[in-house]
Amino acid sequence: MKKNFTTMILMAAAGVVSGQIRISGKVTDAEHHPLSGVNLAIRDSYDGTTSGTDGTYSFTTTEKGPQVLEASEAGYSTDTFPVNINSMPLSYNPVLVRSYGQLNLVTISAGSFEASDEHRGTVLKPLDIVTTAGANADVISALKTLPGAQQIGESSGLFVRGGTGEETPTFIDGMTVNDPYFSSVPDIAQRGRFSPFLFKGTVFSSGGYSAQYGQGLSGAVILESEDLPKQSSSTLAVSSVGLGLGTDQLSKSKTFSYGGDLNYTNLGPYYGLITQRQAFTTKPVFWNGDVNFRVMTSKTGMLKFYGYGNYSKLGFLQPSLNNPGQQDMFTLDNENVYTNLTYTDLLNEHWKIYLGASYSDNADKIGLGEQSGTGDTLLSLNHVNNRDGLAQGKIMMTRYVGRFSALRFGTEYHDAFNSFGYDQYDTNYVDHYLAAFAETDLYFTTKFMARIGVRTEYSSLLNKWNIAPRISLAYKVADKDQFSVAYGDFYERPDTLFWLNGYDKLGFVRATHYIASFQRVSHDYTFRVEAFYKKYSGLVTTVPDTTNGGSGYAKGIELFWRDRKTFKNIDYWISYSYLDTKRKWVNYPFAAQPNFAATNTLDIVFKKYFPAITSNLGLTYSFASGRPYYDPNLPAADFLSERTIPYNSLGISYDYLANIHGAFTVFVLSISNALNSSQVYGYNYSNDKTRRQAIVPPANRFFFVGMFMSFGVNRTQEVIDNN
Amino acid sequence: MKKIFYSLCICCCVISATAQSSRYIAAMEENVAPLDSVSSMDSLQILSNNFQRIAEAEKSAWLPYYYAGYCQALIAYMEMDMNKVDGYADQAAIFAAKADSLSPNNSEVLCLKSMVASARIKVDPMTRGMQYGMQSGQDLQKAETLDPANPRVYLLEGEGKFYTPAAYGGGKAAAKPLLQEAVDKYGSFKPKSDIDPRWGEAQATQLLAQCSQ
Repeated sequence: MKKNFTTMILMAAAGVVSGQIRISGKVTDAEHHPLSGVNLAIRDSYDGTTSGTDGTYSFTTTEKGPQVLEASEAGYSTDTFPVNINSMPLSYNPVLVRSYGQLNLVTISAGSFEASDEHRGTVLKPLDIVTTAGANADVISALKTLPGAQQIGESSGLFVRGGTGEETPTFIDGMTVNDPYFSSVPDIAQRGRFSPFLFKGTVFSSGGYSAQYGQGLSGAVILESEDLPKQSSSTLAVSSVGLGLGTDQLSKSKTFSYGGDLNYTNLGPYYGLITQRQAFTTKPVFWNGDVNFRVMTSKTGMLKFYGYGNYSKLGFLQPSLNNPGQQDMFTLDNENVYTNLTYTDLLNEHWKIYLGASYSDNADKIGLGEQSGTGDTLLSLNHVNNRDGLAQGKIMMTRYVGRFSALRFGTEYHDAFNSFGYDQYDTNYVDHYLAAFAETDLYFTTKFMARIGVRTEYSSLLNKWNIAPRISLAYKVADKDQFSVAYGDFYERPDTLFWLNGYDKLGFVRATHYIASFQRVSHDYTFRVEAFYKKYSGLVTTVPDTTNGGSGYAKGIELFWRDRKTFKNIDYWISYSYLDTKRKWVNYPFAAQPNFAATNTLDIVFKKYFPAITSNLGLTYSFASGRPYYDPNLPAADFLSERTIPYNSLGISYDYLANIHGAFTVFVLSISNALNSSQVYGYNYSNDKTRRQAIVPPANRFFFVGMFMSFGVNRTQEVIDNN
Repeated sequence: MKKIFYSLCICCCVISATAQSSRYIAAMEENVAPLDSVSSMDSLQILSNNFQRIAEAEKSAWLPYYYAGYCQALIAYMEMDMNKVDGYADQAAIFAAKADSLSPNNSEVLCLKSMVASARIKVDPMTRGMQYGMQSGQDLQKAETLDPANPRVYLLEGEGKFYTPAAYGGGKAAAKPLLQEAVDKYGSFKPKSDIDPRWGEAQATQLLAQCSQ
């Protein structure tokens, strides 16, 4: 008994003062790099340590028996290792795997520039677009400073890699926008209708875009609208061209929001001060308003509505080219309505549904006339009434597969109505367009993925259908470096104007894209180089009659460099595009470089922040080599051989941030073409070929002065009251 | 004999139990003390891991989770590689959430949450300033209501205003009264124990001095 008692006391004592067992090893990641700062612990015990810079660690423990060793670090999945601690030292060499959020997955980058706050590795932020000097906060003008976009000042739209403005459509939340720009006015490019502040994400695709989108031969502008605002706010804008009021109200529960804007623009006072080339008889006036509501239907569901309406009118005279001494008159009244309703939700952890519906209606009442030289006798007046309406619905299902992959498929239907009236004649067209698509994002590893898709479309007016395969690959060679290639077919209905010439012989126009790209993106620097080849077939020719008898190609190489770090408070980017393109279409006698393609284009966008005076200075310099123009006096063999002078433009903007009685305020001053460079986009020749008129901007420079105030409703008091 | 044996065993158990909680206090004191003077990210990571082990062993104590989160938040503030900041802030947020669930309506935990939100701003001030600045401010308002005597509330509010441009409602003039209040409250603040949070007085005094320059 005594012996047993002593043994038991000794054993009890042993439990309190037992020997220390050493546990040591080295922590590495999946690529065998040592990891420092890792926490090594025995579960439920204090014992443990932190790994050193070489990944090694060593600690002693008094725990005994079956235990679990754990190795953990922020950004990695915790590693566990069951052991039995007796009297021998232990070795444990954990290998930690990165957790999902830190993975920096590879994404398709060929032909795509994305501006988003949410996604990692994007080249731009939405705010970068808004603050580009010379763009006057117009999304399209800002996108023109990216590689692939041409500097076209006399027509609306984005002219991408040798394609016309019609070849790059705009999408908002997945749906086609028929009239993203204000109605065309001869030789004056119009800005986009929608404020950039509406959008949380912008993707500019210069080719190779997803099978979810169609009807764009060259590229696409893919816009994603904002979700719920962070807080309620109201805005007031006063500028040299108009006034604007807006509000965005967030509910107390933070589950829904509603808002609206009202804008009045009148260029009269500005044109009174700064003479334009055209003599405006009706100074341009624009009224536009929009309303929106956003509802979080569940933790994962969102219902969004956006409605927009616009009324505008303008009229001007300019010296007539064909009847010297007389004046050509142009008047335009425009009414436009655009609505967009979308619903997205996760049905369960694997399935997501998207439903979208949109209706738009645009009516242009145009007057084309001749007036006597003294301006008081109307010699002729013709009325052109164009109307286009679009009702569309789209549904898309996404199935998440494995950790990162996804399968998407969907269908859309468009009811497109177009009406053209010229004096007493008018013709209407209705096209029922149906499309279906399927696409998969296949992640073979976190560094290598493929996007394989197919899209099929049918147009009732053309009575034709098409099938377009599209495939893109992306491979991440290092943490910041990736290669991406894309191939695909892109179809588009011929422009509505060609339908007037007879559409029964027309079919889809087709472009096949081949793109290869390399980029290095870090927080402070971005470098991109991209090469492309685009083959057009079925371009519309109008001589001898309207058929798809044309073809063409576009090839080139583009560079992009952005640096936010080297110079203090300075952010700049440089885009260079080289374009070699020829096409035979409309009335071209043979394939030639079209008048909307410049061989070399260079854009330098520069922004500097002055913290002491809370101001930003922005400079945007654009250069493009001369554009081809048609001189009818030259022999047919020299068709489109002449070139305009090169294009130069320096835009300057200065903004000053202040706080006025709690309202965040920005004062903006901007000048386009500050250096007063001559800009010639092309030439119009008279019918008798003896006279010509240069196509130039309405004024050499555009001056803008404005003030924007944002009043945020401070909800902290409500938060305290609720608590 | 048996009685003596059993009472000895019970004594050993009791000794072990009290040794356990005095082990907790000793371990906490050992790791809280260097917090006033630590300045390198590596040392902060070591302290953070120490607090994490204590927290996960104890399971029901909020203080070690709080301090682990505090260390991660400081690392996030010091980290200059923008790609890594969110990783530390995320980890700090996890610890803060654990501390919050173990000790709800705790003014110190809310101050920590405010620090975590502010740490994220520098990754992209133009885009994140508004969202995280607001969230940080709301957490501090709640912290102030729960304990108006907590000097760290005023230190963090003042620090926030100090580093915000005047155009957005910040600047030295706006920060000064808050930092003055913080310094005053530090003078009269008595922490509940010597392991309860008491950091920040030197920081507040130094920033207040800069306001007058």
